[in-house]
Amino acid sequence: MTMNIIETSGLGKRYGSTWALRECTLAIPAGHVAALVGPNGAGKTTLLNLAVGLAEPTAGAVTVLGGLPAGSPAALDGIAFVAQDMPVYKNLSAADMLHLTRNLNRRFDQHYAEARLAELGIPLKRKAGRLSGGQQAQLALTLALARRPRLLVLDEPVAMLDPVARHDFMAIVLTAMADDGVSVVLSSHVLAELERVADYLILLSGGRVQVAGEVEDLLASHRVLTGPAVEAGNYAERPVVNVRRAEAQAHLLVRSGVDDPVPPGWESHPVGLEELVLAYLREPGAAALPGPARPQEVTR
Amino acid sequence: MTALTMPARSDSSLRPVPWRRMAWVTWRQHRAALAGVAVFLGALAVYLWITGSSVHHSYAAACHPANSLTCTMNFTGRYGITGIMVSILLQAVPALIGAFAGAPVLARELETGTFRYAWTQAFGRWRWALAKLALLAVAVAGAAGAFGVLFSWYNQPFFAAGYAIPFSTRVFNLGEIAFPAWTLAAFSIGVLAGMLIRRVVPAIAATLAVYAGLAFATGLWLREHYMTPLLTSHPNLPGSAWVVSQWYTKGGTFAFPARGSQIVSALSRLCPEPSGLSPAQCLTQHGYTLWTSYQPGSRFWLFQWIEGDWLLALSVLLIAATVWLVRRRAA
Repeated sequence: MTMNIIETSGLGKRYGSTWALRECTLAIPAGHVAALVGPNGAGKTTLLNLAVGLAEPTAGAVTVLGGLPAGSPAALDGIAFVAQDMPVYKNLSAADMLHLTRNLNRRFDQHYAEARLAELGIPLKRKAGRLSGGQQAQLALTLALARRPRLLVLDEPVAMLDPVARHDFMAIVLTAMADDGVSVVLSSHVLAELERVADYLILLSGGRVQVAGEVEDLLASHRVLTGPAVEAGNYAERPVVNVRRAEAQAHLLVRSGVDDPVPPGWESHPVGLEELVLAYLREPGAAALPGPARPQEVTR
Repeated sequence: MTALTMPARSDSSLRPVPWRRMAWVTWRQHRAALAGVAVFLGALAVYLWITGSSVHHSYAAACHPANSLTCTMNFTGRYGITGIMVSILLQAVPALIGAFAGAPVLARELETGTFRYAWTQAFGRWRWALAKLALLAVAVAGAAGAFGVLFSWYNQPFFAAGYAIPFSTRVFNLGEIAFPAWTLAAFSIGVLAGMLIRRVVPAIAATLAVYAGLAFATGLWLREHYMTPLLTSHPNLPGSAWVVSQWYTKGGTFAFPARGSQIVSALSRLCPEPSGLSPAQCLTQHGYTLWTSYQPGSRFWLFQWIEGDWLLALSVLLIAATVWLVRRRAA
């Protein structure tokens, strides 16, 4: 049985007269680390805020954890959210933050939280405001994971971290994913980190979903063709995503399988995730989407 | 609802996080603000207690009878101005509590982004806001209530000596009922301003401004209308009466108000310089009658309760509006 951890249909959010997100229809299945990528202002934070119930949709609907309305008590209970700036109360100690979170939730794994903070060398008595940026992020993540959520939502978790802290942070996320089966949805504009962690990709651009699917499938259905630049125009019949010309050579990202024939004089290479994302970001008109989001199939 | 759309996990087992958990949360997060209120009111209370003891001693020693010359010289002459100054300065207390304890409660969460943490915990955001605001409101109003009792005790000798009346604008809103009610209202104005403005410093400024406007409007225009004033043409009113307005009539029709330019011109016309009569005697001699509308001193407690009631209703309304905004407001 697979359920959709986040499912939206025709979801839109308008702030004033600007649509931050519009006509967003997607279904993120459970059991993935799903990466939400896109340029700044693409609607990533808006989508996550809608999913965790912080914002109300202007249009459409969003459900979580297999059909629960976003922001409902059951949804809040099952989702842990770490916002972009890793908010913790700066005047409270780490121990107080644990106690606070325990009081505000039905479940809280105090042992796990204390063990994690000890492992990270974060003193329980230190005020959160006096911890380093990386430690504050780790504290916020620890609080979220100690709630034993079914879905962990992270908004730009690594944007403010140095490379080492970034690595440590993602390692903990992946451990939680492996140990407890937590589904993870994270937004990021740091592409380099994604290849290592994400196995599901949603690319947002200009408030719309441009690409959505399992990373494995996306990589298998795209190839980079390299050949003489003068012939690049001949491939209009193929679904070309992006053309990059370097001197006499042209690089074409095309939607094509491994076994599809390659024209004479051209070479076919597999594509990396970062390259794929960049290609789509450069072509806001191109899209790779699954069919209409499947309704969730659950039997009781 | 069909089985197809039912969530995977049954919701009947999902009991909300108990309300009582918010007691610790509220205390831990706002103990600095609560301690600030306690220290502020405590320091003022110590001052009132010390000066109030001297006031009471001085009154007991000098004021037999209360309107004697010794009383005027040794009691009201010595402490009267202090009493007035204290009551004027205390007018600011509810406003300061509202601005510095009320306005930051939500404004700081919104300004620093911690609301994204608080509002996504399982406790639920409107329950979080309601529990927190109710606890803080009760704490603040309770402290103010105790302070109001102390201030009334402090003022007792001034009332007994006829130096001030409980209805006086500068002491009425510091009474036992009115003072906690005004403090509660200031707190409620503060939290709503914080929720609407979402930044601490502007919310503090807005709270001070709105509170001042409400307090002035109430003292100047609203309070005298709580009940229809009594009307008398008897020249000697009881000392505790709060005079709302006075005017003269002649032959049963209104002549002129007891203050202002009309009465001055009437006097210079009716009784030119050397008459030797007081203005009142002069006007009475010429057939004018002085009418007074007033609130008798016996209505003091009734008025305290009326003011307390509408301020309580206003506070409940403001806090309810704040909770509703927390529930509705998009991030």
